Amino acid sequence: MTAVTTDVAGADTRRAGRWVYVSAVGLLCAWVLVPLYFLLINTLSSPETVNSFPKPFIPEFDLGSLTFFANFAGMLTALKNSILVAGLTMIMSIVIGAPAGYALSRFDFRGKELFRLLILLTRAFPLPLLALPLAVMFIQTGLDDTVFGLALVHTTLAIPFAVLITFALFSGIPLELEEAAWTLGCTRLTAFSKVVLPLILPGITASAIFAFVISWNEVFAAAVLTIENRTLTAFLLQNLDTSPLHLKFAGGFILVMPALIFIFAVRKYLFAMWGIASR
Amino acid sequence: MTLHSRILGAASGAAIACTAFAAQAEVLFWSTQAKPVEEAQAMREQVLADAGDVDYQPNDGGPWLTRLQAELQAGSGTIGVLGALHGDFSAMNPDDLVDLDDLGVMSASGTFNDLAKLGTGSMQYIPWMQASYIMAASKEALQYLPEGADIDALTYDQLIQWAANAHEAAGEPKFGFPAGPKGLKHRFFQGYLYPSFTNGVVRTFASDEAVTAWEKMRELWAHTNPASTNFSFMQEQLLSGDAWIVFDHTSRLAQAFNERPDDFVAFPAPAGPTGRGFMPVLAGVAIPRTAPNMDAARALVEYMLKPETQIATLRATNFFPVVEVALPGDLPPSVKAAGDAVAKMSASADANPGLLPAGLGDKGGDFNRVFVDSFERIVLAGHDIRAVLDDQKGRLAAIMEETGAPCWAPDAPSDGACPVE
Amino acid sequence: MNARLLPYVLILPVTLFLCLFFLYPFLLVSKQAFSTGAGFTLDNFREVTSYWKFPITMRNTLLLAAAVVPIQLALALLMATMVNRMKKGRDLVLYVWTIPLGISDLAAGIIWLAIFEQSGFLSSMMSGLGLVDKPVNLLTFQNPGIVFLAIMLAEIWRATAIMLVILVAGIGLIPKEYYEAAEVFGASHWKRFLRITLPLLRPSLQTALVLRVILAFEIFAVVAALSGTLFPVLMGETYAYQFDLLNSGAAAAMALIILAISIAFTLIILRVLRVPKGATI
Repeated sequence: MTAVTTDVAGADTRRAGRWVYVSAVGLLCAWVLVPLYFLLINTLSSPETVNSFPKPFIPEFDLGSLTFFANFAGMLTALKNSILVAGLTMIMSIVIGAPAGYALSRFDFRGKELFRLLILLTRAFPLPLLALPLAVMFIQTGLDDTVFGLALVHTTLAIPFAVLITFALFSGIPLELEEAAWTLGCTRLTAFSKVVLPLILPGITASAIFAFVISWNEVFAAAVLTIENRTLTAFLLQNLDTSPLHLKFAGGFILVMPALIFIFAVRKYLFAMWGIASR
Repeated sequence: MTLHSRILGAASGAAIACTAFAAQAEVLFWSTQAKPVEEAQAMREQVLADAGDVDYQPNDGGPWLTRLQAELQAGSGTIGVLGALHGDFSAMNPDDLVDLDDLGVMSASGTFNDLAKLGTGSMQYIPWMQASYIMAASKEALQYLPEGADIDALTYDQLIQWAANAHEAAGEPKFGFPAGPKGLKHRFFQGYLYPSFTNGVVRTFASDEAVTAWEKMRELWAHTNPASTNFSFMQEQLLSGDAWIVFDHTSRLAQAFNERPDDFVAFPAPAGPTGRGFMPVLAGVAIPRTAPNMDAARALVEYMLKPETQIATLRATNFFPVVEVALPGDLPPSVKAAGDAVAKMSASADANPGLLPAGLGDKGGDFNRVFVDSFERIVLAGHDIRAVLDDQKGRLAAIMEETGAPCWAPDAPSDGACPVE
Repeated sequence: MNARLLPYVLILPVTLFLCLFFLYPFLLVSKQAFSTGAGFTLDNFREVTSYWKFPITMRNTLLLAAAVVPIQLALALLMATMVNRMKKGRDLVLYVWTIPLGISDLAAGIIWLAIFEQSGFLSSMMSGLGLVDKPVNLLTFQNPGIVFLAIMLAEIWRATAIMLVILVAGIGLIPKEYYEAAEVFGASHWKRFLRITLPLLRPSLQTALVLRVILAFEIFAVVAALSGTLFPVLMGETYAYQFDLLNSGAAAAMALIILAISIAFTLIILRVLRVPKGATI
């Protein structure tokens, strides 16, 4: 008898727990999505509606503000530049950063702490102050106003993420795994590529997303270091805060969209390798 | 590593291709004005359409300045023509700007042309366009105008009364003031409040009249939408109805008049005991010494001063011409409204026009900060007026001594640095 | 390859890269902080720290970081463990939760101002529910608490994802056997979280916290959008020195002060969450 009642009670608490769990997930999703939904409403509203009160909670699908941006001369070139810079940043920050993350997690070497501090310093100093000496250097070396030059600066911003994230992930992978591979006749390199690399691919993807998003959203260096080859943020969106409300929202929407699409496109890689370590 | 080097190779190849591409005979117009996306678009498509190969790039102050400094330091650059406010130019070293006397174009105003010399003997920039600060109101608010008040000849007391009436009627304060981070509040103190109450800006900074002026400011603030510390473009609050009576730059009110011309009125700034203080906004075009193609840059500066260009610029930016032009009849509502208000303001019997600060060099920002800090301490934090002014006075005096800037109107002229009395 | 040299070979590219594109300009800028024209001086530091707003901006920045970061950490941990338990729809939920990662502080400021401003969505909602009959003004100087809360919410919304992604990737590396064993011994969810997840997640926690804290001291755009001039922060003052007052020496001094705070907190976090040597799973 008692066994049965506890069982029922257990099922009840489990059901209740499940309910709490599901609603918490739903709530957190709403927490993220609702503000974006508001942005969408304002983007798809006529200028009058954007200024009205109370605000509607269903978009009226007025495409006026978006059309304005669609007709903006040079949009596509700027979009292409943005993607190029972000892509280059992504590749460079990982190719340069991941080996350092591996070194930090696997080796004790002199100057390790200093090196880590250098990496962190990079993020702790505001770029707008560094932009002036960088721009002078770029003008003198001919890197000025190139997609590659801007990608170099954005890579500097992304590298701390790449190094630290890969460091954290390598640290989570037992050294024994690698050592086992060595005893089975693998060289350090093959052990790395056959055993470790598949494990940290999600982490690499995470750093790639960071790099892409950092580059995509960076305005200041882009505005200073590119002229002909302006990125979308520098070309169109750095002046959003001085623009009329309806265009401000539409511009914000355009700024947000590509990053969302990018994260959506790579989410598979981010989490496909999920739990491989536990197998 | 091969992938890495291949990418580097490809990228540097692209870099070379790009620099070669940029060497075309194109003039880069590097501007801090006409930044809002619609204005930038209009500058490109309407104003500069016939100017040849011009690349118009409006920027925030930070990137604008950083890029310019970098080119000057590197000794070579891509910027052909600079477009900026008088204050931006006066913060620069005149040696970095090409003398423009021999161009043969200048504004119709001798005062503006003098300002453009930046204290040297020759024109460092050419006045390009002008604007001013005015008042605007929703027609809804007109019914609350105090008895006997003429909207075109308001006094500060009447304005405060009006704001109070509107406050009472609406149940919430409806005066709007651009005290946000990008708002131009400091110009209100320097060009409107101080001249109207003290007939000066620097000399009279800490005078007893100034104390009265700040008291009035506090009274006005009591009827001011408290979210004003977040307002930088009063057209937004006019349109949303968050503010009914506002003060701002003509071009920062334009959108309200263009979107709903029948709902708003523009009118002159109020008058105080020493007249109706007001102040112009002056933007200019200049050529940095590093401009890659001097001839093309000069041609562009000349082009900007042509009457047709000036009218096109007026339509695009709501900044008025600086040369003699016959204005056409079909101007946008914002231009008509602002133009009328400015005309009434200048023609009023008690007009007390002030000039732009001159001779402050790169201390223009510190000068503005003195006024903004006074506002934040007196009005927002509620500190004692006399104590704050006496404290800020020291900072102001230090700026004036360091720069040696002589007084400008409405302050009485000075020999040497303008004294803070 | 020689195991003693290998780590140096591996960190060489980053080191060269950062020396060229960070350290070199950084040293040039820092030099300005210690000079006002002639010789070495601390005048710039004296100038910025004696400005009446300095203590306020310092307090605001620290207060905001102290209020926001712990909540973000807790939230990110919660979300990460929730995702970890999920069987269906994990990809989609995780995607939704990482969305704010792609949103710049500029855009986040625009979005949240649309919610909190006088005729914004929050006011509209309250009037729709009949709580108020006209737009209410929330972000004003009389309500510093609400302004602070608005900034907090916007920051939590915008920047929790950065920790989430790092933690999720880290949790994914914890072997399932540990949990299975713990379950056999009857450990509760909470115990498993406390005894397995937290300790094994230490490297990721460390990284997530350090990055988040450093970024928290650099906060500016969201604050400016929501508070206007009401809630001055260190970074805003730095920009004001550089671009409004054209005083790059003072701006560099401010930036170095921010840097010093960041380093101090980084060292504390690294110490508290030290990964024991040779710690492996």
